[in-house]
Amino acid sequence: MQRNPQLNASGELQHLLSIEGLPREILLQILDTAESFVGVTEREVKKVPLLRGKSVFNLFFEPSTRTRTTFEIAAKRLSADVINLNIAVSSATKGESLLDTVANLSAMQADIFVVRHASSGAPFLIARQVKPHEHVVNAGDGRHAHPTQGLLDLFTIRHYKKSFTGLTVAIVGDILHSRVARSLIHGLTTLGVPEVRVIGPQTLLPAGVEALGVRVFHDMREGLRGADVIVMLRLQNERMRGALLPSAQEFFKHYGLTEDKLSAAHPDAIVMHPGPMNRGVEIDSTVADGPHSVILPQVTFGIAVRMAVMSIVAGN
Amino acid sequence: MRIHIRNGRVVDPAAARDAVADVYVADGKIAEEFAKADRVIDAKGLVVAPGFIDLAARLREPGFEYKATLESELEAALAGGVTSLACPPDTDPPLDEPGLVDMLRRRAKALSRARVYPIGALTLKLQGEALTEMGLLADAGCVAFSQGNVPMVNTQVLWRALQYAATFGYKVWLRAEDAALARGGVAHDGEMATRLGLPGIPPFAETIALGTLIELVRATGARVHVCRLSTASAVELMRRAKAEKLPLTCDVAIHHLHLSDTDLGYFDSHCRLEPPLRSQRDREALARALAEGVIDCLVSDHTPVDDDGKHLPSAEAEPGATGLELLLPLALKWGEARKLPLAATLARITAEPARILGVEAGGVASGAPADLAIFDPRAPFHVSAQTLKSQGKNTPFLGYELAGRVRFTLVAGNVVHEG
Repeated sequence: MQRNPQLNASGELQHLLSIEGLPREILLQILDTAESFVGVTEREVKKVPLLRGKSVFNLFFEPSTRTRTTFEIAAKRLSADVINLNIAVSSATKGESLLDTVANLSAMQADIFVVRHASSGAPFLIARQVKPHEHVVNAGDGRHAHPTQGLLDLFTIRHYKKSFTGLTVAIVGDILHSRVARSLIHGLTTLGVPEVRVIGPQTLLPAGVEALGVRVFHDMREGLRGADVIVMLRLQNERMRGALLPSAQEFFKHYGLTEDKLSAAHPDAIVMHPGPMNRGVEIDSTVADGPHSVILPQVTFGIAVRMAVMSIVAGN
Repeated sequence: MRIHIRNGRVVDPAAARDAVADVYVADGKIAEEFAKADRVIDAKGLVVAPGFIDLAARLREPGFEYKATLESELEAALAGGVTSLACPPDTDPPLDEPGLVDMLRRRAKALSRARVYPIGALTLKLQGEALTEMGLLADAGCVAFSQGNVPMVNTQVLWRALQYAATFGYKVWLRAEDAALARGGVAHDGEMATRLGLPGIPPFAETIALGTLIELVRATGARVHVCRLSTASAVELMRRAKAEKLPLTCDVAIHHLHLSDTDLGYFDSHCRLEPPLRSQRDREALARALAEGVIDCLVSDHTPVDDDGKHLPSAEAEPGATGLELLLPLALKWGEARKLPLAATLARITAEPARILGVEAGGVASGAPADLAIFDPRAPFHVSAQTLKSQGKNTPFLGYELAGRVRFTLVAGNVVHEG
């Protein structure tokens, strides 16, 4: 098999495409660097000059507000120039190929491409095409990976739980279509979390998911028992009724996080959600806004983590 | 042209022959010994075998000439020692009317390269709704009827099509894939697809469709050739069906014989194939079944795709791989790994496909058409865009070092390739 395409010849992070295959040291380097940026985001002058004179192109082939905005803020806090391209409504509809689009932008002297694409693997294709000084950061590709989300989840867990060893983490909901779940699972297993659980109906669990190093539960209370961290996944509207699920209400009955189900977890458990939340579908408002919820801090940490990732790849 | 091929190792699977001997060619046929030849080919150290027969080679005409043409692909066939090939009907338009088939055959004949056997469409426009004029298509030269890679959605139509074909003894070649279960999928539904986040096609998409086909063969008596088996469980179904003496045969493609889903690596779009590459266990079962004869023959499933079709995220990439020039080296690699005699290995790309195709080819006996492949089984073959003659440079084997190079290819007694 080929060399991991996200590492350069010295084993440093050239692109961030997936958490899978990244060594523990690189994950910790990103988390530690992010730690140092948390302070920056709380200062009055929220800027550091690390990426001054560099251009960050936000290439969003799939619409997104939240992720694009946090990348934009992160890049600006690093003093980079940010160009937002909403390709979902421009080149792609004019028939320009993905690689032509990238070649054109590359000619405009990009340093970092932040890529969101509906097809799994698209950022790998772009990473193969770009020039050696250019970097690709995956902002979500199909069902495959969302590494910065995974990293900010890891950051949040470490922030509240101090260490990864000894934790039980439960990920609940639509694992099948979730790039967030895949990225987080790889991160947790790499950092030594002894028990990672996935909870959902058979229809929302991918084939052979156990091979990723997780335990599968279909009963939510059983799966939450003693959990230190609960990660709720977003259920896409179009999947709420059909052949995968009968209805949002029925999903909530089985897998919606209520205070009652939460009581099965560890008393100090934290509740996370990558957003945007469907209140009353995967999570009850009392839990989302309750004392266990760290959903808003996740968003704040997300900026520090994205600053860390961009500054690290640009420095390699 | 009278040709004397001297001192070659003559391997004729049909006659269970493997011995150093001279072969004489006259008037387009294998001849008895004669004294005065127009040309002498020194085949010392080379294998003289029947020309290879490939039951699945897309030539991309009509309709996809930007991907490949008859000229380019028949050249590739000869470079690979393939002297007869069957081409599936999934062209644009599909081979569903006699005029198209006639034109294709004339074009191929005018080039006087490899022999081309068109497979007609089983249903109009491959839509799976109305039957084609199989009788007229057969008259135009179709050797069988197929849906190409387009699945039959309606089992009622499939049943009627098999009844109709059985009435007249036409052969039907079909892939076994349940359309609904395969819809949207691009990879084997297993650990690898889960890791890569690719929509999966479960293995039972193949066995459910194969179970249906076997029942329909039992009911209608149609002669069915099942194309491109990909799973271990389909092999077992096929084994049982054959034990029952149902009129079924089947093939496997070179890719599924040698690769598995882990070869997808980091989204290699060259591994986007139909059916998908499956698990290591499936691959092993296919390789064994081909040796045991449960799988009758090996095909290249040659599908040239242009760069625009492959330089895409793997799920969006056009499926298929070029293969005509890899048929021999990959057959040899398989035969060597299974420690088979050379004649047994070559049977899978000569005598066996000839039997399924129902043509007089695939042998080196006196009086047979002089379609020959003369090759060096040990000569290295580095697979690259430069070494491939096919217009399609798309193959998961790019960069592989294989063994087996064709030195001479003869069709109807003419030397049509020297390499």
